[in-house]
Amino acid sequence: MKGLFNRFIQKFFKNLFKKSRHIKMGLYGPPNGGKTTLANKICKDWLGEEDVMGSTSSIAHETREIQIKEQINIKSGNKELSFNLVDTPGIATKIDYEDFIKAGMKEKQAKDRAKEATKGVIDAIKWLDDMDVVIVVLDSTKDPYSQVNITIIGNLQARDIPVLLVANKVDLKKSDIKKIKAAFPQYDVVGISAKYGTDIDKFYEALFKIAK
Amino acid sequence: MITLQFLPYFEIEKLPSQKRIRKIIDIVKENKIVLLEGRLTKTEETELIKKTMEEINNKFKGIEPWVFNPQSGSSALWEKIKGGLLKFLLGDRRGFTIIGPSTLVKEIKSDPNKVQLFIDDMTKRRRKR
Repeated sequence: MKGLFNRFIQKFFKNLFKKSRHIKMGLYGPPNGGKTTLANKICKDWLGEEDVMGSTSSIAHETREIQIKEQINIKSGNKELSFNLVDTPGIATKIDYEDFIKAGMKEKQAKDRAKEATKGVIDAIKWLDDMDVVIVVLDSTKDPYSQVNITIIGNLQARDIPVLLVANKVDLKKSDIKKIKAAFPQYDVVGISAKYGTDIDKFYEALFKIAK
Repeated sequence: MITLQFLPYFEIEKLPSQKRIRKIIDIVKENKIVLLEGRLTKTEETELIKKTMEEINNKFKGIEPWVFNPQSGSSALWEKIKGGLLKFLLGDRRGFTIIGPSTLVKEIKSDPNKVQLFIDDMTKRRRKR
């Protein structure tokens, strides 16, 4: 009850000052969904800057710190949307440095990466409170019914934060957007390839819809 | 040998969130799988992930959680009202939650009729070493 009241107060003041500030748009999801690839694509499309949000890798937990790009303005017809983009480390329930060793890292490097990754997950969760809109980036080649996905989306719903689901990696053969739509029927799902820009216009249109 | 520890809802009902989470993590750290009657709140589920991350070390590598919520698939208004009423009267004791150490439980898969726990055969690994 106390939590609900606090959330109401926070939301009230957030809305009170909403017009005078940029909204914070967070990219959330499990590791290796393509959050940073999408963040880089947004910055390239609207700021003309390449790879500003960070490097990408096939090894999980490449992004281990929160990355922020301020004042991104996107346009579609007469509409304009300004936001601060927040790219977050992938949320996981387990991190084993031995997985990084298996991926070819040395023990010291793997242990450091695991330590940074755990801190990254904690920071990503802490930042949830500050978000106005969240884009959950899912790998459409993977099973969407994971507890991490359900927990992230359920938590955003509990906080009353608008959510857009992105089914990324539609360029891959195993991609299955229908499965994501079936798993989360109450949300808008946009299928894209952040890497190749496939259907990125549909993604920007959907952004206008949820951020209004 | 795999140990499954049942945690009835009344054992956590009166506990504040931090203590609920502490209790679960302590059991999981003993290399046991927790079978919790009902579920944690959504905020507690996120807190559980956060707390798990804070405690990861060379021995404790994390958790593999699964929540079975019988209400989640239903969008019917009556089911929602019924679910909300039961939650108000009894707490979050509908469904169940499985939380295991990730070194033991590799994956949990479920469909409406069954839950499958994929367990790591540690004895095999030990023999290899």
